[in-house]
Amino acid sequence: MTAPPATRARVPRKPDRHEQSVGLPWFVWIPAGLAFLLIALPVVGLLWKADWSRMPELLLSDAALDALRLSLETAAVSTLLCILLGGPLAVVLARGRLPGLRTLRSVVLLPLVLPPVVGGLALLFLLGRTGLVGRGLDLAFGITVPFTTAAVVLAQTFVALPFLVVSLEGALRTAGRRYEAVAATLGASPALAFRRVTIPLVLPGLASGAVLAFARCMGEFGATIAFAGSLQGTTRTLPLLVYLERETDASGAVALSLLLVVVAIIVIVVGRPRGTEGLT
Amino acid sequence: MSLDVDVRLDRESFSLHVAMAAAPGEVLAVLGPNGAGKSTLLGILSGLLRPDAGHVRVSDHTVTDVEGGVFVPAHRRGVGLLAQQALLFPHMTAEANVAFGPRARGVPKREAEARARALLADVLPDVPGLPGRKPAQLSGGQQQRVALARAIAPEPDLLLLDEPLAALDVDAAPAMRSLLRRVIRDGKQTAVLVTHSALDALVLADRVVVLGRGRVVEQGPTRDVLGRPRSAFTARIAGLDLIPGVHEAGALRASDGTVIAGRDGEAGEPIGTGDPAVAVFPPSAVAVYADEPHGSPRNVLPVRLASIEPRGDIVRLRAAPRDGGPEWLDGLAADVTPAAVADLAVEPGCPLWFTVKATEVEIHPAG
Repeated sequence: MTAPPATRARVPRKPDRHEQSVGLPWFVWIPAGLAFLLIALPVVGLLWKADWSRMPELLLSDAALDALRLSLETAAVSTLLCILLGGPLAVVLARGRLPGLRTLRSVVLLPLVLPPVVGGLALLFLLGRTGLVGRGLDLAFGITVPFTTAAVVLAQTFVALPFLVVSLEGALRTAGRRYEAVAATLGASPALAFRRVTIPLVLPGLASGAVLAFARCMGEFGATIAFAGSLQGTTRTLPLLVYLERETDASGAVALSLLLVVVAIIVIVVGRPRGTEGLT
Repeated sequence: MSLDVDVRLDRESFSLHVAMAAAPGEVLAVLGPNGAGKSTLLGILSGLLRPDAGHVRVSDHTVTDVEGGVFVPAHRRGVGLLAQQALLFPHMTAEANVAFGPRARGVPKREAEARARALLADVLPDVPGLPGRKPAQLSGGQQQRVALARAIAPEPDLLLLDEPLAALDVDAAPAMRSLLRRVIRDGKQTAVLVTHSALDALVLADRVVVLGRGRVVEQGPTRDVLGRPRSAFTARIAGLDLIPGVHEAGALRASDGTVIAGRDGEAGEPIGTGDPAVAVFPPSAVAVYADEPHGSPRNVLPVRLASIEPRGDIVRLRAAPRDGGPEWLDGLAADVTPAAVADLAVEPGCPLWFTVKATEVEIHPAG
């Protein structure tokens, strides 16, 4: 196979000037405009507030570079963990026939609705030195998780996992089981059908879920600060640094915020064409 | 026997109890209205449903035996499926789709690809670059042809055809029907065809099983069952008049020598003179006269009225042969208005003339 897998031909429809719109009621335009401004104006505010002459210096400081590197690395590892763990979880949720699957799904969605700082505290109480699991880890292996880079990764994975699971589960449900049934009648074992049919079919959903998860990891703040603290080079990711800088050097915070905006824009550009559809 | 089924499946509102068999190379049509249990039966055969009792044997292998605790999963049954939708894997080329089955059964890559190309050339000879195309680049009819190639590529012991023409538009269906006839029937592929079209059964199947509410209502050779339905139920399903015979220059010669004028119903498949064929026409195309019509270029059939069946706002008149008349007239139907019946002033036993225009009569290969 030479062509990339799972390219569903989607020809963008050209707007046709003959087309007569059914029309929107006038009253949706004002709140719609306000909503748009609410999202767009703060970014403009950042740009306006930015101290462009000091920008290179601010962005190239050791603290900033350390935070950027740490953020990218931990977000990448966390996204990978989301795929490796959340992928199979999505398959079980979409295809499994277990009792209590609905309850299971609600639990999986918990990090979406839980304040991240609560999640971080929960992780701390679980894996802290006196925690349920943490005590065992400490006694048996001498491992302490909190306030390490591993804790950052765990916190990010915790909050980002539902994004990947929900996106992928939707893709799996949309793809349905019909193709897998056809593969079975052609003699493909469940493992082969999964590898050659199911995965390629849901690849767009997986990609969009991964992009969303990565973006969520990059922006993670509450769970990280509660569970991993804020140590430069080890656990102080970009959002943590932004918050810290805000108190001492506002223009530094603005510069770092713009850096996060740029990363976010890249994520949207890379992930959007399929990403937004994967969400529906 | 290549297929031997005797199964029972109970659901809350529905129960299926079917026994049927097919000889090697035989095509068995399962005919029935929606809700008769056709899809359930296919699910049981393909291994996607587990019956409550009974057994399924394919090529003398027991693939389901509830009492004996045998249930072979779908992918180890050697039972292929061609469904209403082509369901080609959208991320694979046509060739990769067709090669998928042989590859899954361990055929070496190059051999599987060669087989795929040969099959594609057979089902769609005039599409350039077909093997490398993605399903999205093919029309619905083309996709269904590729799906057929894919279904037969692993050389299944039994092929299930689930309304394979139902989703095609009227232009694509006849060509696909003759392709199925060539590939399945002439290729001696043992198959079960599920359909609610009497025409599909006529053209494709050796034998018919009529299913109603989960039970076998009638079964036997296609032309016998559909031509002379023994139950009103089958007659309703069939819903067509048909006359068996042999093809003869744009017409059909029935067993007693009567020539029925008509037109070839199948696109692309010439029928040879002397080949077995059937003349098919809808009962609504039949006009009924009490006296012999003259000077008409139509097919005129002398019959005796067997029964009058009111059906909503029309009346179906059933014919029987007159004394000494040919057997094949038995059961022919004509749909007329109640007013026409009143004008005719007839009752069962009266002689009548059924006439039908040659343009309404389609001649199909059969048998």
